[in-house]
Amino acid sequence: MPYDYKPFPYVAPPGLSGPEPRHKVIIVGAGPVGLAMALDLATRGVPSVLLDDNDVVAMGSRAICWSRRSLELFTRLGIADKVLDKGETWSVGRTCHGDDEVFSFDLAAEPGQHLPPFINIQQYYIEEFLAERALADPLVDLRFRNRVIGIDQSGDGAHVTIRTPDGQYGLSADFVLACDGGRSTIRAMMDLDFEGERFDERFLIADIEMKADFPAERWFWFEPTFHDGQSALLHRQADDIYRIDLQLGWDADPEEEKKPENVIPRIEKVVGPDFELEWVSVYTFQCRRLRDFVHDRVIFLGDSAHVVSPFGARGANSGLQDVDNLGWKLAAVLAGRAPRGLLDSYNRERVAAADEDIRHSTRATRFMTPSPGMERLFRDQVLALAGKTEFARGWVNSGRLSAPCIYASTGADDPMLPAATRPGAVVPDVPQGNGWLLNRLGTDAALLAVNCAVPGGLDLPVVEMQVNALVRERFLGDAPGALYLVRPDQVVAARWITADARTVSSAVRAMWEGRE
Amino acid sequence: MTLITTPNLDDHDGFYAELLAAHRGLSETQGQALNAQLILILANHIGDREVLTEALELARQR
Ligand SMILES: Cc1cc2nc3c(=O)[nH]c(=O)nc-3n(C[C@H](O)[C@H](O)[C@H](O)COP(=O)(O)OP(=O)(O)OC[C@H]3O[C@@H](n4cnc5c(N)ncnc54)[C@H](O)[C@@H]3O)c2cc1C
Repeated sequence: MPYDYKPFPYVAPPGLSGPEPRHKVIIVGAGPVGLAMALDLATRGVPSVLLDDNDVVAMGSRAICWSRRSLELFTRLGIADKVLDKGETWSVGRTCHGDDEVFSFDLAAEPGQHLPPFINIQQYYIEEFLAERALADPLVDLRFRNRVIGIDQSGDGAHVTIRTPDGQYGLSADFVLACDGGRSTIRAMMDLDFEGERFDERFLIADIEMKADFPAERWFWFEPTFHDGQSALLHRQADDIYRIDLQLGWDADPEEEKKPENVIPRIEKVVGPDFELEWVSVYTFQCRRLRDFVHDRVIFLGDSAHVVSPFGARGANSGLQDVDNLGWKLAAVLAGRAPRGLLDSYNRERVAAADEDIRHSTRATRFMTPSPGMERLFRDQVLALAGKTEFARGWVNSGRLSAPCIYASTGADDPMLPAATRPGAVVPDVPQGNGWLLNRLGTDAALLAVNCAVPGGLDLPVVEMQVNALVRERFLGDAPGALYLVRPDQVVAARWITADARTVSSAVRAMWEGRE
Repeated sequence: MTLITTPNLDDHDGFYAELLAAHRGLSETQGQALNAQLILILANHIGDREVLTEALELARQR
């Protein structure tokens, strides 16, 4: 049963009949990133106007793999149950050369996590769930068929011009968040350049419906016999829909390849004849980013700031981490709780994260589509070696899957404590009583006390941790006890084996100032 | 550890002969494949990223 694209209602905005009061935040683009941003700000009490030029969720084949970190954000935004209910969780990936499996991995091997490492669900469902939440949230003013066609900023505010079916109007705000996707109009209107690499390779991406019992696993083939010498990827999604990516080569003619009479025989070779075609597109990919994501009062997030090839599922997942990173900072700046400089730390941290994503995605895309000559030679020989030795299996690169970036940090640290929870890393989830740590952390910063006393006189929520084996392993190592200062986005800011109130206070100050 | 550029291999003449022998009878393409695999195998065996970078730099010097 194909997805039912129900249009959301357009309502003539008040700005058409008279000037609106200045807003705090305008978000342009209600894709996964803009929607999540509006909801995240709402959990912090910040109202926003969310503008989208369209009135339906994402059409066609887009994101399918959502990471654990995205699920953690979805938990905070109140849609995780629906996503877990609808999606297909998976943890096993299999990589084949020719028709033989060279190796497999199981991401679930890490114990003590209640959320799966990845869940597959079509982007239109994610957007539907988020949009429902946004429409019900009094702090989100979601306006469909409102297309931003102009932007400028003066010293104290940003202004956008908007086109609606009933005419144009203008809005002003303290901040404009550009979440308007890979072809960002705001980026173009501000004349900002996108730097990086494009790949001269075409991929056919198809979603098919079929009743089959292919396991919910990621299957990747290099040079399978069913697709002469090129690569192929198969993934299961919700509703008996499967995603197939087939490398086509640069010479392929996208219009020709999209024709059912050309697509169907190709797919039949992978899965047999019993399927319905739901959607087909031909893509080329690029790995590029803006030089800076913060331009005074205009801030870029998601695909408008950075794009990657999809192998590694780093597009939407990374955009959602932008949301995670910016939400608390923007709320604090708007509330006068932190200086504007805190926003520079969004730029610093997320630019570095985008570079990491781009590095991984570029390497994976290169491995899958090597240029002729030495690049091809080494790629083929890694594959050949992978059949005969263990080490080379790890070198086979069909995408390194999205993981939260560990930010560069000079926050206080102690070498006795485990590396995985060092400053800059997201706090790993661990069981606490009948629940989980991350659910106990609110939207504010917190001090985690692990087997140690909390210094008095601090104005900060404290979580006294129950010490179990996983807590010991992830937070203590060989230390008897520890204090962790955790940012509102659940990133470790600093940690100590013992600390007095003054030491902790100065780390708290550094955190709100966005010092590295 | 840094890259060793002073004599370090006993019987290097023997190794050199073995290397050539391994290539005997191979086409140019096959020979390139062998070299590529050899580089990958040795890199894994060396297991030291800095040494490998230094080796690459040395090899690129003209
Ligand atoms: C084939 C494929 C597979 C992918 N697989 C994955 C995956 O498995 N995992 C993953 O994490 N990512 C994946 N991605 C990437 C993912 O789809 C994108 O990263 C994600 O959609 C980015 O979200 P966004 O909200 O930044 O932008 P978009 O989703 O592009 O949303 C932008 C929104 O802004 C609106 N808009 C644009 N201009 C204006 C304007 N001027 N005024 C008002 N509104 C405007 C648009 O209508 C749209 O609703 C995949 C992408 C492709 C193409």
